[in-house]
Amino acid sequence: MSWAETLATAWHAIRAHTMRSLLTVLGILIGIAAVILTVGLGLGTQKDVSEDISSLGSNLLIVTPGSSTDSSGVRGGFGSASTLTTADADALGSAVAVPDVAAVTAEKESSQSLEAGDANWTTTVTGVTGDWLGVRSRGLAAGEFVGDGSTDEVVLGPETATELFGSTNVVGRTVSIAGTTFDVVGVLEAAGSSTSTNLDDTAVVSMTAMTSGITGGADTSVSTIYLKADDTDAISAAYQEAQSLLLALHGTTSADAADFTIDSQDSLVSTATSVYRTLTVLLAGVAGLSLLVGGIGVMNIMLVSVTERTREIGLRKALGAPPGAIRRQFLTEASILGITGGLAGAGLGVLAAVTLPTVLDSSIVVSPVAVGGSLAVALAIGLVFGVYPAVRAARLAPIDALRSE
Amino acid sequence: MTAPTAVGPEVLGPTPDAVIDLREARKTYRTGDLEFEALRGVDLRIERGEYVAVVGPSGSGKSTLMNVLGCLDTLTSGTYRIAGDDVDDLDETDLASVRNEQIGFVFQQFNLLPSLSALRNVELPLVYRGVAPAARRARAVQALERVGLGDRTANRPGQLSGGQQQRVAVARALVGEPALVLADEPTGNLDSRSTADVLDLFDALHAAGRTIVLITHEHEVAERSRRVVRVLDGLITSDAPSGRAVTP
Repeated sequence: MSWAETLATAWHAIRAHTMRSLLTVLGILIGIAAVILTVGLGLGTQKDVSEDISSLGSNLLIVTPGSSTDSSGVRGGFGSASTLTTADADALGSAVAVPDVAAVTAEKESSQSLEAGDANWTTTVTGVTGDWLGVRSRGLAAGEFVGDGSTDEVVLGPETATELFGSTNVVGRTVSIAGTTFDVVGVLEAAGSSTSTNLDDTAVVSMTAMTSGITGGADTSVSTIYLKADDTDAISAAYQEAQSLLLALHGTTSADAADFTIDSQDSLVSTATSVYRTLTVLLAGVAGLSLLVGGIGVMNIMLVSVTERTREIGLRKALGAPPGAIRRQFLTEASILGITGGLAGAGLGVLAAVTLPTVLDSSIVVSPVAVGGSLAVALAIGLVFGVYPAVRAARLAPIDALRSE
Repeated sequence: MTAPTAVGPEVLGPTPDAVIDLREARKTYRTGDLEFEALRGVDLRIERGEYVAVVGPSGSGKSTLMNVLGCLDTLTSGTYRIAGDDVDDLDETDLASVRNEQIGFVFQQFNLLPSLSALRNVELPLVYRGVAPAARRARAVQALERVGLGDRTANRPGQLSGGQQQRVAVARALVGEPALVLADEPTGNLDSRSTADVLDLFDALHAAGRTIVLITHEHEVAERSRRVVRVLDGLITSDAPSGRAVTP
């Protein structure tokens, strides 16, 4: 019996029970679509997170207060200890001590209420030193940046400007922050929002204005220092230089006892993505279980089919069908169910991956590996779960099969 | 009530031309501790072109004999040669090919596949023989014409009468040009008119030189054959020309 003949016979048998076949296929379909969607959602989240981190700037090292608990960069008490100061930032700006660092900026953040006439708006006010625009890869839409050491100049994010004044054309206006009046000297270019922070809703002042006017006192601590390396190749050297300089400044020699943490963007990305990868694997595993259930559905329906068609099997054997031909016929049937479910599931999964992000606030990456893998699994399910029913059919004795009613 | 005695054939030497050559055939069924001897040493020779009826009450062993003759079941002991081929030591796959090439079955229940047309049903034995579609089709049409159903090739079994269905089954039995047509109660499910049709068909096949073995418990059906073999309690109790054979 040729393969074309076997395929035609199998297709004929499937068509004979359209409803039952469709329901069986549905089980596989749901499993495959679930795997493609969960993997796509996981990969999409990974992509979102790494884009967030990239939006900090490029070739960055990020220094934060607090000790590192292990080498993977997981910090204990993030930002809780204010052990970094403007003096550290100034020292890191020295081209002699850290030749591979091209630019430095320190940030000190504080949530403040901004007032302009009747309007007021609470946002993150950031005091900065050095080349903030260059290091953080930001640009100005209008005006100029705050002067180093200025005490009454502010640059607003486009959203903040719109909230306070109703437009972004606000250079020359004034806002009041914590009782001090600031002149708006510039407006930032829109950078879009990441999932963690809104980069366009912010107010930037000089570190001097921050420490003296807004937070007050002589608190020179900063929340973050960003170092920009000359290029990607210099990041490792810059890391070493910055670490030894800070260890010396803080009077410790052992990196384990450091009261600060230096992360590269790469390490942040890999930490974040590894978390999401684990989550993805977990979700895909759950989806995989539904695929397994779908496979058992195929086996169930094939067993029913063998029982129902015992007489037909007996007749085919009496007419000269060898056990191999019977086995192939039932295996082909199960495979067709598997592949049909796989193709439909992949179609549905990809369709959902394309349409869902317009509704959900999350991107879904259709992974060719997940799609191809799911199809292979669907075929394998048809084959594996078809084997037992097929072997049972092939083993039926023709006389017993013919006598059955 | 006398115990049945075995009646052996008169010729015991090798008969290479025999379509069926069954010697000392025994078949024992086991169900748990129970043993049942369905065949207790049967010798049967059927030559090419014979038209034989095997008769006997139910439980006599005639169904077992039919299964053995049809290579649907194997002997516990003894030998069976069909058209000169020894089938005792064949595996399932080889038995399937012997059935395919040497035997054409006609069953009481017709056993047509309901979802296939008459033509496709008749084609089935050739499908398993690997005959190319065009040749297969031509031969199936020819076989259907031979049983008088040349105009019903596209009909499904459900659209045919019982007699017509059995004629399709006969066409299916003939299409592979087998050495033996084996019919198991072929008229058991038919009314008298259809029974006459099918028996006329067997007569025609016999006239054309076919070897036919017909298993039946109906006396009238058996009388249409040329030789009647009676089976009782697993033994052949008589083997004689039918009344029709002696009175032409």
